Amino acid sequence: MSVAEKSIAGAEARGHGFLASSVGRKVVMAASGIMLFGFVTVHMLGNTQAYMGAEAFNGYAKFLHTMVHGDGIWVFRAVLLVAVGLHIWAATTLTLDNNAARPVGYRAQQNVASTWSSRTMRWSGVILAAFIVYHLLHLTLGTVHPAFNHDNPYANFVSGFKVPAVAGFYIVAQLCLGLHMWHGVWSFTQSLGWSHPRYDGLRRNFATGLTVLVVGVNISYPIAVLTGFIR
Amino acid sequence: MTKHLNLTLHVWRQKNAKCDGKFVEYPAADISPDMSFLEMLDVVNEGLIRKGEEPITFDHDCREGICGTCSMVINGRPHGPKERTTTCQLHMRSFNDGDSITLEPWRAEAFPVIKDLMVDRGAFDRIIAVGGFISVPTGSPQDANALPIPKQNAELSMDAAACIGCGACVAACPNASAMLFLSAKVSHLGLLPQGQPERYTRVRDMVAQMDAEQFGTCTNHGECEIACPKGIKMENIARMNRDFIKASLTYRVVSGGGGAG
Repeated sequence: MSVAEKSIAGAEARGHGFLASSVGRKVVMAASGIMLFGFVTVHMLGNTQAYMGAEAFNGYAKFLHTMVHGDGIWVFRAVLLVAVGLHIWAATTLTLDNNAARPVGYRAQQNVASTWSSRTMRWSGVILAAFIVYHLLHLTLGTVHPAFNHDNPYANFVSGFKVPAVAGFYIVAQLCLGLHMWHGVWSFTQSLGWSHPRYDGLRRNFATGLTVLVVGVNISYPIAVLTGFIR
Repeated sequence: MTKHLNLTLHVWRQKNAKCDGKFVEYPAADISPDMSFLEMLDVVNEGLIRKGEEPITFDHDCREGICGTCSMVINGRPHGPKERTTTCQLHMRSFNDGDSITLEPWRAEAFPVIKDLMVDRGAFDRIIAVGGFISVPTGSPQDANALPIPKQNAELSMDAAACIGCGACVAACPNASAMLFLSAKVSHLGLLPQGQPERYTRVRDMVAQMDAEQFGTCTNHGECEIACPKGIKMENIARMNRDFIKASLTYRVVSGGGGAG
């Protein structure tokens, strides 16, 4: 583009909406990210009932399916689906913009401040998307589960994780979740402008603490089944 | 007497924006550690001119760290390995005898290479032109303290105003994003009373121009903050995001109707 064309493009961009702008899409990324990280936190907390035995766990599953006359779970599913859709849409368009912004790379780029977590967001995100599809087929729909019983989620959970390859995949996926969350949770505070010297240390610690908690507890489930602690 | 350095340079040579470029190796012999990095390049260029070869083109102007012109990526870091330093203020004592040094231009779609290490940073000028100023007749200076400004805001504004528009943030960003530059320009005006009337139109207009210039978007890596020779903080990016969100929620479409004269 010529200089004049760029000025015209800028004038046009001013007329475009919030969702067309880079910062607007970052806000969408952050807002949908908050919903998703909120979900994984609640999901982790709910599943701790696996340690209380079959009755508690199956009762929890029944509660989820029957709350608000059975509509509650569909409201949650719809909201999550919208959040996932927006998150993937924002990530895809922003990534394409970023790739176009540097067509020729450096021979010797040194990374100083960025982390392994921040640089692998796109990869950990794609792996997580694939994992979520598998996880739904495995423990929600049961289509890839060898011995699925719709009325006994606890049994599905235990027999599912008894297969070492499956448990291994879950553990790897949780490590990806950790990488994604550690940068993501800090990053949404920055994208939404929640920065202040008094709270900057807290933002990092919040991201680290929450990531360790969610990933640690989630990984404990397949390990507990494999070691026979949950039977 | 300190020992002189013998270095090997791998320099990006590109005839113009249309041609492909390539790395060319040059020896830099007998370099004094007291030279600045640009003086070292001057010495290399004198040798090239004596041999009848085309000298290496690089941008430079004040050579005292305030103009922001001396753009080049040295061994993968904009303005070289030292923090808070422009290339002209980088001295050869930061290198060791026998070192290999890779020199590349800023790499961004928005900064096309003009020649060798020199890029066109006109994109920054066009971003400033759409809102990085205050539209008031300034007249003669007011009395000091006629406008009360909290000391802390004055300091934060001055910190942001230290931005010299060098483009190191764009060069260091893995996404070639100009958010640190933009946020410095938005912040240094937005923190002062004089900047308030245009605070929210400014941020929308400047972000729109940034997008049109094909800069990348911020993924909060933090590379820009480390690369910035003037120590501009990422706190400014958060402030700009806040202003942008507020501006997007509350802006009014300007109608054609006019008032008196």
